[in-house]
Parts: sequence; structure tokens; C-alpha cells
Amino acid sequence: MSYTIEGRTGPWEIVVGLEVHAQVISQSKLFSGAATAFGAAPNSQVSFIDAGFPGMLPVINAECVAQAVRTGLGLNAKVNLWSRFDRKNYFYADLPQGYQISQFAHPIIGEGAVEITLADGAVKTIGITRLHLEQDAGKSLHDQHPSKSFIDLNRSGVALMEIVSEPDMRSPEEAGAYLSKLRQILRYLGTCDGNMDEGSMRADVNVSVRKAGEGYRTRCEVKNVNSIRFVMQAVEAEARRQIEVWEDGGEVSQETRLFDTARGTTRSMRSKEDAHDYRYFPEPDLPPLVLESNWVEALKAALPELPDARRARYVAMGLSAYDAHVLTLEKETAVFFESVATGRDAKIVANWLTGDFFAHLNKRGVGIEESPVPAKDLGALIDLIADKTINGKIAKDVLEIMFEEGKTPGAIVAERGLKQVTDTGAIDAAVDKVLAANAGQVEQYKAGKVTLFGFFVGQTMKALQGKGNPALVNEVLKAKLGG
Amino acid sequence: MHPTDFTLAGALAALEEGAISSVELTQAHLDGIAKLNPRINAYITVTAEKALAQAAESDARRKRGDARALEGIPLAIKDLFCTAGTETTAGSRILKGFVPPYESTVSQKLLDDGAVFLGKANLDEFAMGSSNTTSAAGPVENPWSRANDPDTRLVPGGSSGGSAAAVAARMALGATATDTGGSIRQPAAFCGIAGIKPTYGRCSRFGVVAFASSLDQAGPVARTVEDCALLLKSMSGYDPKDSTSADMPVPDFAAACRRGVKGLRIGVPKEYRLDGLAPEIAALWDQGLAWLREQGAEMVEISLPHTKYALPTYYIVAPAEASSNLARYDGVRFGSRVTEPGSDLRDLYERTRAAGFGQEVKRRIMIGTYVLSAGYYDAYYLKAQKIRALIRRDFEEAFRTVDAIVTPATPSAAFGMDEKQDDPVTMYLNDVFTVTANLAGLPGLAVPAGLDGQGLPLGLQVIGRAFDEESVFAVGRAIEQAAGFTALPGLRAGA
Repeated sequence: MSYTIEGRTGPWEIVVGLEVHAQVISQSKLFSGAATAFGAAPNSQVSFIDAGFPGMLPVINAECVAQAVRTGLGLNAKVNLWSRFDRKNYFYADLPQGYQISQFAHPIIGEGAVEITLADGAVKTIGITRLHLEQDAGKSLHDQHPSKSFIDLNRSGVALMEIVSEPDMRSPEEAGAYLSKLRQILRYLGTCDGNMDEGSMRADVNVSVRKAGEGYRTRCEVKNVNSIRFVMQAVEAEARRQIEVWEDGGEVSQETRLFDTARGTTRSMRSKEDAHDYRYFPEPDLPPLVLESNWVEALKAALPELPDARRARYVAMGLSAYDAHVLTLEKETAVFFESVATGRDAKIVANWLTGDFFAHLNKRGVGIEESPVPAKDLGALIDLIADKTINGKIAKDVLEIMFEEGKTPGAIVAERGLKQVTDTGAIDAAVDKVLAANAGQVEQYKAGKVTLFGFFVGQTMKALQGKGNPALVNEVLKAKLGG
Repeated sequence: MHPTDFTLAGALAALEEGAISSVELTQAHLDGIAKLNPRINAYITVTAEKALAQAAESDARRKRGDARALEGIPLAIKDLFCTAGTETTAGSRILKGFVPPYESTVSQKLLDDGAVFLGKANLDEFAMGSSNTTSAAGPVENPWSRANDPDTRLVPGGSSGGSAAAVAARMALGATATDTGGSIRQPAAFCGIAGIKPTYGRCSRFGVVAFASSLDQAGPVARTVEDCALLLKSMSGYDPKDSTSADMPVPDFAAACRRGVKGLRIGVPKEYRLDGLAPEIAALWDQGLAWLREQGAEMVEISLPHTKYALPTYYIVAPAEASSNLARYDGVRFGSRVTEPGSDLRDLYERTRAAGFGQEVKRRIMIGTYVLSAGYYDAYYLKAQKIRALIRRDFEEAFRTVDAIVTPATPSAAFGMDEKQDDPVTMYLNDVFTVTANLAGLPGLAVPAGLDGQGLPLGLQVIGRAFDEESVFAVGRAIEQAAGFTALPGLRAGA
């Protein structure tokens, strides 16, 4: 059943397309040698090019081009071997040149596609219209002085990829899933860090509504939404607003809107009449960008494994679809998983990772890349279970101590004498003691109450301080009770 | 011989022989500037102290046997080239007080070859003009005057009017200039000197205040073709800081001047025989062709059918790019700022730009903004780009059969400062013979070839294939030699 919003006049379908601005991971800016690190002191990473000084000229950064091509390849998109930069002209204090160098008519990347998986397991393909490279503007700071605005040009000239989707999404969930998937792919590729709260990824959300079977109605663009959750909220809020306008007999007018995260509503920023005339024209300071097909092929060959392929590989390794999904969400998790799983039973590793290990990380509120327990220690713990040094229950306790104390599992087991008891003599003795102390239960068991077997196991393990080898304990108990 | 009467090549020889020092040479030019600049106004800024220090250093270097290609040669630098530590205004109020912390690649190359900088040459504001009357630093006067009307002050042409006037008046041995639609060749012709706009991409545009990026090209003006060749050699070369600069070897242009023209095929475009072409200009053109024929070249009539669209095309493309290039002069980061307490950003822009830009610059920004606007783009800018491609193709066709093209440099000799100022289109017509080379990106050289009836210099233009400045120099030198141009302007140092 497709997603609809119920209005007074019946159900409405939502149509969503996203324009995502993703900051390219690169040492230096798109057209200058200035650094790009986040959080530097204002105006400390600005070249004369970024500041639009007289006579300064842009020179394309090849690494940014490579990053855009990698992204295009990762989005199964067409790489245009010939593309061109244009100037987008407008005046603003944080736009030093008075124009943004962008790609308007001839983007570097053409049509592509991204597959999203929805909560009900359904898979949907979202079309990519294009991806182009452009330079970011600086930042205006209006809250530093009562009557003045300050300008920070650190971001001026940083490379952005604008990734435009087709209007293929039909619900807030799909919009959210698309943005998550896009972010995931970019992070796997290492072309954008996807840090939405630092502004390295932001989305302009195009929303319209329609009745079933209709063509597209007028859309509005909600600018600069900076989290996946807000994108979903903005879609919903904007759709509801438009439905109300239509149902009140009005007409939605094409405009740019802003999402007010506090109120959960959108408000008008500027109408179509106020829209800038950007006076695009080919950037005369840069020749067309011409790529060699061998160069593109080399980038393709060196592309890292992407989430879809990785997930399929995990399923083939015997993991459940769910575990495979969870383990591939973040590249760091997948890398961690694989470094533990190499040479070990992948399913067991997956269970440990998605179970206790994630629980400990969540409790501490840290991501896997900051995990206090390194992959090799988790591996060592799993090895201790496999070689029967400890049993699974003790292992859970050991893991907790590992998180708390940061020691290796071997050291913890040795230090605390947690080594599993596999000495049959000791187990025999413990079993004898338990059976002697619980003569009544032994009688009931022998009379047919076999469910008491678990009780004897528990008592024996207790007598062995939990360190008994469960298989041996069972074996001895069975022999003695059966005898 | 007075030290300011040397050609650049002659001065190099005299320095090498020890007949003169760079300090003496530089001082003589500074004396000339002190005497003549108050009237001619060829320099906006004179860096006398710096120049003498450079000259002294240069003399020491030559003494050590380390002389470089232009060791000790005093030059004027058009005030469109950013010079580290020296105010660079582009002839505009809006850049008043702007002292670049960086050096343009071209001026740096000249410094690296040992040149001495006398100062910054006047120009039309942002290089927009054909008379050097639009400069915020005031007009430049042509050192030449009409024989029968010596009191009428004449324009030196533009936009490199200061550069051309300084060289003609012996206030520099040579100068840098730039040419977007004729700004090297027209003032060179008006001032009776030589000047070459090389192939687009030959000289780096890095550090040159941009007017129209796809047309702008730096080049030299000097009193002889050979001097231009020596300067261009130093100014040229690939620059990774300019993505449009060409990664091509730089030939020995001075050697090319001595090649001769025997066996060369010279194109004579029939479309340049404009209706109303002054008879004196037509006669000079024919004379130039005759000289070349006498030296063994073959004349070939060619057709450049889209010539008549060149000027309108240029006056769409150049203002379009200029309207964007000049957006950065907003009073926010450098140059002058005009604001009122409590006013907003838009007000800051409006006041700063209204006060900072002159009439002609404003006109071109408005034309450029208009032709790029939604609804007009296709009819103007896009159509102009298409015609530009056709003009380029005209030349490609022509250069299949000829080695160089010879035309008049300008439709007239220098005009009076008060003439042609009422109607901008009349002024724009000055570029009619020169804009095509910019639109096609080809090298074009102006060489003095004779005088008109009033005793004013007239020039011919030689256009060559892309990156074949060598043939251009060979033809230019042949014309220069045959013309034996020895006339001198009334205003000059050492006179």
C-alpha cells in the first residue's frame, strides 16, 4: 500500500526530490590550495583566490574531480568525460567573487540510481538526475556584534558535490531512506564525511502533493535541511501545508521555504518573483574539464566495496539479512566486523558484535571507531570460547570487564581464575556433592520428573563458580543420574 | 645620444659595453617623467626610489657577470598588473589604496629577467576605453600633436594609453600593456610605436585585473618590433596559476624578426576595405603591401566573411564577462568602501559601486548584465558565442592559404581629447580592425608605418596563426624596415 496523507477531500500522494550538497573530502579547496579542515579559526584558511582578490584565477584541484568521479561511479551514474564550469552570479557578502563557480549546463556526472530498502523490506530504486561540482560560499556571522555582520571565508571555495535526485520519493520514510543511503555510500567511498551537524551534508527538499493518477503539481523547495530526521519532518510538514492550501481552494505557488525545526513547520523564504536571475554563463577562467577514460577506469578499479555488495557478501557468509544490514550500515562497523571475523566463525562474531558488544558501546554512547575494546581483543575473547578456555556465560562477564578496565580477555581470565573447568575429576566431585545434597530431587528425577535436569546443571555450575565446561557437566550428570 | 633615445635593444648593448649604467639610464627616464608626466599623465604612480634601488642592484649584478635578459632596463607597468607593495588601481576609484600583496606572473617574469620598474602606467578604467579618457587618474595626453593644430591635445588611444604615451615620449624603454579588443595595438598605432597582443594563452593572466577573461591578453609596447620581441620573450610562458595559459615552448622572437618575408603568403581581407575608410589609411595599407611584395612576399586576397559582426559580438561578450568579473569590487574586502551608519549590505554595495565606478564601466556592467539576463541570454550572449566561433573559423580557413594577414591597425589617426566623446558607439568603432584577433585568440601586432597629412603616426596590423608570433614579428619587422619610421613626437624626454 502506498503512503498517502488523508485530507478533507480524500487521500493525497507526496512527491519528493532531493538536492543534496555534500562537501568533498579533500586536503585543499576546489580552486585554491587553502586547507579545508573544519573548526579552524575564522579566516585562517583563505587564499587570495578564495577571497576574490583582483587578478586571482581558479585552478581546478584534481583530487576533487577524482572524488566526484568516484561518487558518480558509486551511484552507478554516467561519468561525463567532457564537462564545464559556469558562473552563477549573485551578490552576497560571503560570496567574495560575486559569483559561484558551478556546473550548470554540463555536469561531470549524469544519470544514476540508488537502491533503498524500506522498513517492510521492500526495495525501491531512486533515480539520480546529475551530480555537479561547485564551490561553497563563506559564512556570515550575524551574532557577533550588535550592528555589524562578520564574514568567515574558511568555507569559501571548499568543493561541494550537488547531487540531484529524480522526484522518485513518495513518503517521508523514502526521503529519509534515500538520504541515509546516499550518506552511507559517500562515507564508504570516502568522498564525503556525511557529518550533517557540521554542515558537510545538507539537503534542499523539493515537495509537491497530488491526487492519485495526476501529473505533478507545483513544488516548493525547503532549503538547507541538516539532518535525516528533519528531512522527514520537513517533507511531512510541507506536504500537509500544501494539502491545506489546495483544499482551501488556493494554489500552491512555487517558492523557496525554510524548515523551522523548533515548530516543525515550513515558512516562506522567497517567492518565485524574488528569485535571483543568476545570469549563468561559461566560466572563462577555466577550460572545459576533459577526463581520460583510462583515468576513470583506474578510479573504478580502485573503488572500495560498496554497502550493497558488502551486505550480499555477508549473507553469503551465512549471516542473516538483518545482521548483514546492521553490520554494513557504517563502513567502520563493517571493517571492525571483518577484522574480527577473519579466520573465525562469522555468524558467532556477528552475534557477539550485534549483541553484547553494541550494547556496551551504546551504554557508553560511543561509536565503533572509538570503541575502548579493539577488534583483536574481541577476536581473542571469541577464541577463548572456541578453545573451551571459558564458556559463553563467563565470556559475557569478561567482555564487560574488558570494556571497564581495558585489559585483554586473556589477562582477565588468568587474573581472575576464570578458566573453564574441564578436569573430569573436579566435575565428578562437584556432581557427587550436588546429588548428595539434593537427594529428594534425585528421587523425583528418577521417578520421571526429567525437567529437574536443568536444576542439577545449575547447581553443579554454581559449585564450580560458573567455570564448568557445560558439555562435560551434562555428560557427567547424565551418567550419574542414569546409573 | 641622450640615454632616453636608446631602443631597448640598444640600451642592452650599451649596458653590456659599459657605455651606460642602469642607474644612469633609470635616472634619465625618471628625469623625463618628472618633466613630462605632469602634462602627459602617463604614470599614475612613479616608484622612483624603488627603481633606482633596483637599477643599482642590477648594475652590481651585471658587474658580477650575472646579467639577465633585460638586466637594468627601465619599464613602465600598466596599472592593471598587480605589483606587490605598489598600489594597483586599474585606473579606478574603487581600487584606490589597494596595495596587492602579490605580483602578477608577467611582471614577476620581467623582474626575474632583471627589468627595473619606473612606475604604474595610466589606463582607461578597468581597461575599458579607446582614448584613455575614462581613468580615475585623469586623461593621458598623446605626445604627438597635429602639425597645423598643435594646441589641440590628442588622445593616446586606449586602454593602454599610459603605456604607449610613456614609451613614445621616452619616459620608458618599453611597457607592459593588455589588449582585450585592441588596447595594445590602437594606442601603439596612435603613439607611433610598436605593440603586440600575443596569442591568447601565451602570457599568464594571473595577477592582471580582469576585464574580459576570454579576451584579455598581456603584451608589450616598445619603440621597435625587435624591442617588443625581447619583452614578449620574457613575459611569455606557461603558468600553472592560470588554467588558460598555454603549455607551449617560447620561441626566440627576436631571431624571428630577422627571418625576412621572402616566400610568405600575406592575406589581404577584402572585408576590411570598409566603406568610408579614410583614403590616407587605405593608401598606407596599399603601401605596406607593396613593401612586402618588394621583399618577396606574395599577396593573397582572402575573405573573412563574418568581420562585420565582430564589433557587435565583442561588445556583447566583453561586457558580459566584465559584469561578472567586476562583481568582486563590492567594498567588503579591499579597495574603497562607501557606507552610511546604519545602512544595510545592499546600501553598501550601491553606494560603493556608484561612487567607485566611472561612467563607461557602469555602462558596460549594465550592458553585460542585460545580455546575460534570463530571456535575453539566447538572443545576445549565446548568439554572440556562435558568431565568435564563426569568426574563429573564418581565420582558420584563411590561414590554410596564408601565413599572415595585414590590415590597418586603426580607422584613423589619434583624435582630440574632446572628440568622439558624445556617442559611445563612435568610440567603440576604434576597435573595428583589432577585435577580431581577440575574438579568435590570435596574435596581432601594430607597427608604425607612416604619417597622415597632419603629421600623426599611422600603424598597420599583422595578424598571425595561433602561437605563430614568429611570422608576425618577421612581417612586422619587414614593414618597419621598409617604412623607415623616424618621425618623433613633439613631447619627449631629452628633447
